[in-house]
Amino acid sequence: MNVVVCVKQIPDPADPGALDPDHTLKRDGKLILDESDTYGVEMALQLVDKAGSGEVTLVSMAPNGEVAGLRQALAMGAAKAVLVSDDALAGAGALDTAKVLAAAIGSVGEYDLVLAGVESSDGYTGVVPEQIAALLDLPSIGFAKSVDIADGTLKVQRQTEAGYDEVEAPLPAVVSVTAGVVEPRYPSFKGIMAAKSKPVDTKTVADLGIDASAVGWAGAGQEIVDVAAAPEREAGEKIVDEGDAHEKIVAYLDGLKVL
Amino acid sequence: MALSKIWVHVEVNEGTVAPITLEILAKARTLADTVEAFVGGSADGIAETLGAHGATKVWATGPIDGLQGAHVGAALAAAVQAEAPDAVFFGTTYDGRDIAARLSVKIDKPVISNNTEVELDGDALAVSTPIFGGTQIVKTKFAAGSPAIALFRPKSFVAEETGGGAAEVAELAAGDTGNSGTAKVLDRHVEETSGPKLDEAAIVVAGGRGLGESDKFDMIETLAKLLKGAPGASRAIVDAGWVPYAYQVGQTGKVVKPTVYIAAGISGATQHMVGMKGSKNIIAINKDEEAPIFGVADLGIVGDVHKVLPKLIEALQAR
Ligand SMILES: Cc1cc2nc3c(=O)[nH]c(=O)nc-3n(C[C@H](O)[C@H](O)[C@H](O)COP(=O)(O)OP(=O)(O)OC[C@H]3O[C@@H](n4cnc5c(N)ncnc54)[C@H](O)[C@@H]3O)c2cc1C
Ligand SMILES: Nc1ncnc2c1ncn2[C@@H]1O[C@H](COP(=O)(O)O)[C@@H](O)[C@H]1O
Repeated sequence: MNVVVCVKQIPDPADPGALDPDHTLKRDGKLILDESDTYGVEMALQLVDKAGSGEVTLVSMAPNGEVAGLRQALAMGAAKAVLVSDDALAGAGALDTAKVLAAAIGSVGEYDLVLAGVESSDGYTGVVPEQIAALLDLPSIGFAKSVDIADGTLKVQRQTEAGYDEVEAPLPAVVSVTAGVVEPRYPSFKGIMAAKSKPVDTKTVADLGIDASAVGWAGAGQEIVDVAAAPEREAGEKIVDEGDAHEKIVAYLDGLKVL
Repeated sequence: MALSKIWVHVEVNEGTVAPITLEILAKARTLADTVEAFVGGSADGIAETLGAHGATKVWATGPIDGLQGAHVGAALAAAVQAEAPDAVFFGTTYDGRDIAARLSVKIDKPVISNNTEVELDGDALAVSTPIFGGTQIVKTKFAAGSPAIALFRPKSFVAEETGGGAAEVAELAAGDTGNSGTAKVLDRHVEETSGPKLDEAAIVVAGGRGLGESDKFDMIETLAKLLKGAPGASRAIVDAGWVPYAYQVGQTGKVVKPTVYIAAGISGATQHMVGMKGSKNIIAINKDEEAPIFGVADLGIVGDVHKVLPKLIEALQAR
């Protein structure tokens, strides 16, 4: 069982976000592994463990040859990584990202399953995994809240508006997993040390056979025309509870005629 | 100058057209001369509602054996070449995202997600998207030719009837799914819920980590029932397993805009607030007077939920 996991490296969400003057997300600080993708990594490790053979390969697209987030996932137990880093990718939209990741996955060799997160913490377009599946011409199951593989068949519980669907697909396939689907492990000290020497294959778009003028600002097919602060909501009255706050709330609700 | 034609994806929940579809139809009508709908499934029982909300035609695939993304995406890719809509709109829903993603690859056009507004900028469409947890709004213009593919957050627009007759039903012919259409749905599980839906309720009572422990969420359920509202939750307690994901309000959960939103023991992280700050009235109960949630609250109570909520429940029960 060989599993490829798409992992995004993002600025620490604890730091306030900022845009560069060209309207791309500022990414000059250190990048970290997106928490949304730790679930895919953990799921992949568990599936390979259960199968008894195979390995987990990471695929990531990030600027400036960034590997800090990849090292975190390698420390969890992934075997190796492919990083696509290229200045031509600045301004890449979801479709560009998917094209690059699909090509990178294609460069990995034989695989049974591709895992991704349902949505990234900073971009949250939520369309990249399904686009990757379309580019690779594979079946895909999104919003997985459980993943199981038996006799070469993939079984997934897919979150729906009403509850969940039990869905089955042949392998290889693409699956996006929800937060909380598994409990991501903390890297051990041994894992962290081992990660330092695990192979990370860094590629440019040209290495993947992608035309640089078809991706990034040049190829995104979309143009940012404005960035503005969202309208602020005004705060109203604030009181300290002296044992009678419930009466205030009842009076307020009465005033709105909702009781 | 208006566009000539917009297509809108129809989300069907238990046989009826979902509110998000009606919201998007209302917006699409303000932008284009003709608005048509399309559905992955049968048009039985939905053509009247769609017509009443301004769709003149509904393109239907008929029953689908598998997941919507691959099948409707492929059918749509073929149909948009022939019918040439200027834009294809979706709600940010499970199936909406999947179909939009497949379509974008098939016709090699970008898709822009999570929008809350759309307008004409010259003769191109421009969408507005909240980023950084809703603190900033980015406006992006489509520059790759038609159709523009856009996904909209729930509650971005207000649904409105036009009084039109039933939409004409047309066939959305199956497309080439290649190797992609092989996923099969074996079974559907519907989780039992009572009371109004979280994203449709007039009153939402939401609890967070400040409740202290999972049993205490009972207070939220009781209060919601007394107010004929729906219970909601912050992600912190969904991730902790206190309540199902369906309760989550925020960036990765539901967007709610009730008449009253009560936040109990919720700090007010930007990712939570993006899902509730459009509420008409907000009441917050938090023991930390510096909690960010007070920045959006019309009535802020600096207090302990374990003291305020039981008394509030008692007072409402006594009425
Ligand atoms: C990519 C991403 C997406 C996210 N999406 C969402 C989302 O969709 N929805 C969401 O909610 N969050 C989301 N989050 C998480 C969000 O950042 C916060 O971590 C989360 O909302 C915090 O939940 P909370 O307010 O319940 O907990 P906390 O932040 O821990 O707040 C608990 C509050 O309770 C108060 N309190 C404690 N005890 C009491 C008491 N006895 N009485 C009264 N008050 C008390 C405290 O003062 C504190 O303000 C997301 C985060 C990321 C990174
Ligand atoms: N730059 C990237 N590198 C690697 N994986 C990515 C990248 N962008 C998106 N993904 C994958 O796609 C998922 C959904 O991301 P998004 O569509 O941006 O919400 C993420 O959880 C990742 O698994």
